[in-house]
Amino acid sequence: MATITPAQGELQIRTFQRSPLSRARGHLGGLWGRPITQAIAKALLTIFVTSTITFVLIRLMPGSPVEIKIDELMQQSQISYAEAAAQASGLFDINLNAPIHEQYLEYLGNLAHGNLGNSFLSRGTTVMSIILSVLPWTLFAVGTGLLLSFVLGIGLGLVAAYRRNSLLDHAVSTGGSIISSVPGYLIALLIVLIFGIQLRWIPITQMRGAFTSGITPGFTPEFLGDILFHASLPITVFFLTHIGLWILSMRSATLAALEEDHVTVARARGLSDGRITTAYVGRNAVLPLVSQFAIAAGAVVGGAVIIEQIFVYQGVGLRLVASVNQRDYPLMQGIILMTTVCVIVANLIADLLYSKLDPRIGRAGGATGK
Amino acid sequence: MTTLATTARRRDMALPGPLASAFEFLRMMSKKPVGLIGLIGVLFFLFLAYVAPLIVPLQDQVDVTAIYAKPSWAHPLGTDFQGRDVVNQIVYGGGDIITTAILAALFSTLIAITFGSIAATVGGRLDALILAITDVALTIPQLILLIVIAAIFRPSSFFALAVILALLQWPALLRQIRAQVLSLKERDFVEAARSLDLGLLHIIFREMLPNMRSYIVIHFIIAMTLAIYAQAAIMFLGLVPLSGKNWAIMLYFAYNQGALFFRDSFFYLMGPIMAIALFQLSLVWLASGLEDVFNPRLRS
Repeated sequence: MATITPAQGELQIRTFQRSPLSRARGHLGGLWGRPITQAIAKALLTIFVTSTITFVLIRLMPGSPVEIKIDELMQQSQISYAEAAAQASGLFDINLNAPIHEQYLEYLGNLAHGNLGNSFLSRGTTVMSIILSVLPWTLFAVGTGLLLSFVLGIGLGLVAAYRRNSLLDHAVSTGGSIISSVPGYLIALLIVLIFGIQLRWIPITQMRGAFTSGITPGFTPEFLGDILFHASLPITVFFLTHIGLWILSMRSATLAALEEDHVTVARARGLSDGRITTAYVGRNAVLPLVSQFAIAAGAVVGGAVIIEQIFVYQGVGLRLVASVNQRDYPLMQGIILMTTVCVIVANLIADLLYSKLDPRIGRAGGATGK
Repeated sequence: MTTLATTARRRDMALPGPLASAFEFLRMMSKKPVGLIGLIGVLFFLFLAYVAPLIVPLQDQVDVTAIYAKPSWAHPLGTDFQGRDVVNQIVYGGGDIITTAILAALFSTLIAITFGSIAATVGGRLDALILAITDVALTIPQLILLIVIAAIFRPSSFFALAVILALLQWPALLRQIRAQVLSLKERDFVEAARSLDLGLLHIIFREMLPNMRSYIVIHFIIAMTLAIYAQAAIMFLGLVPLSGKNWAIMLYFAYNQGALFFRDSFFYLMGPIMAIALFQLSLVWLASGLEDVFNPRLRS
């Protein structure tokens, strides 16, 4: 589960590997050789595979949701199997009489049009519209927490590496390894339990939801402040669960970069410490972390499910658990797909950023040189 | 000078067999307090989960007179919503969760080793295919997929749960194993085995894996932490049949029966939270300590 409960052990050994496709880049050149083409091809493949997995899960497995729904309908309304099947096919938006491969193709066709079907419970509401109403809140909270932790974690990791074995280094690395080992949802529970219930410092019940219900949405200071107020606890947890990862990764990456020959040469050339830190050490050390950031984005969207549940934050995770409890399969299916798409987009951005940051990638391909 | 001294000392130590190597291992572990604390923590929890239930009698009598009792001598962490002792539940609640984690780590490590080393040794198209599958599996938010799978299948045995967890968590490890095998592949002894035509299985299992033992042990531990994270998550959401006793199910009941809003029940909730968190931390620290022992470059 790359639901990374990040572990110090893993970080230090993690060998950074580019895919064989990008290694072949040098030989192929041309359009296929461009990292962006490969990244998009990979993204499309991933969406295709994910949608196939959800199709198989919902449709093909013995005791699949479709079969269960048909049984349910038969018992509820005392109708024949054929009638129940007809109703179920309407609900799932698939033609149960067609051969399975045609159902599959139709399902893929619908997906290509952005049609994820209708929600079981709120009839007539499309899955897409439900997801679009909750996903932005999750992305906002997750993105803010992750970015804050990244910036601060990189700074702390860099400082810790420069002052290796100092008191600060020990405090920062030990603190980082403790906080990154504890599952995020436990941190969320601890916040509610200690600061919400025992000390009563935080009004946890008022902070539920994505914003206070009476307030009018818009770009007003009150509304933006209210959004931040409601998102602050999830953001804090996403921040806390990831800062340790960035501190530890940045620290070990910086230690490795400090030993590089070109840094020694730069010192010998009498370059200023500031220039060495940013251009020679920092930039190289931060490279592998950019890719880790994309991986973390995937894990954090998953972890958000329970954290939103604990804080009752109106994001996609809260909606997922509701859909699971109500057995609203089209919505579950849609949520898997849409969160995967989000992770893919994060990966694409990381890939692009990586090639911008790492001059070696641009040059090695020839065709893609800047 | 120093290297000579170390080799000399090590030759002395290596004399009386396994006991000495165990001692040597402990000596190296104790150099870094974090690793030692982790080792002690893991041993403590293993004892708590597998040995303590044999000693401490089970107390699962419902006692309506003692619902949400404050901590006392009879109930050091108080009682739950049915008046049962919390400490007793902590003692009995470790076995299942740790067994599932060990099984899941075992299965996912096996998958990762098999396909990771095949990908790296065979190379070419097969390598590209396995890597592509791995990349796809890495991209799908695994906890979300796990939640949906758990909701559909309702895995009731810890064996089934372990298999599902393993099927989801192999990709990260596979990439690392593959990278490791790729670097081992170029070594002379592998080259020699290949020129002797000893076969792929022999090369992987007899030549390469023994050289990756320490690496695999560390990742086994990390895989356990991932399995605990994921299974506690779906149990907390109530997605597996809530039978039996374990820390995550305790947490589910504590949370959903409203213990959160009884100020006296602080320790009832803290019990399972701390059990899971400290066990996770011990595992991570043990892994980090082992890494220092196994990796001589980091040792200095």
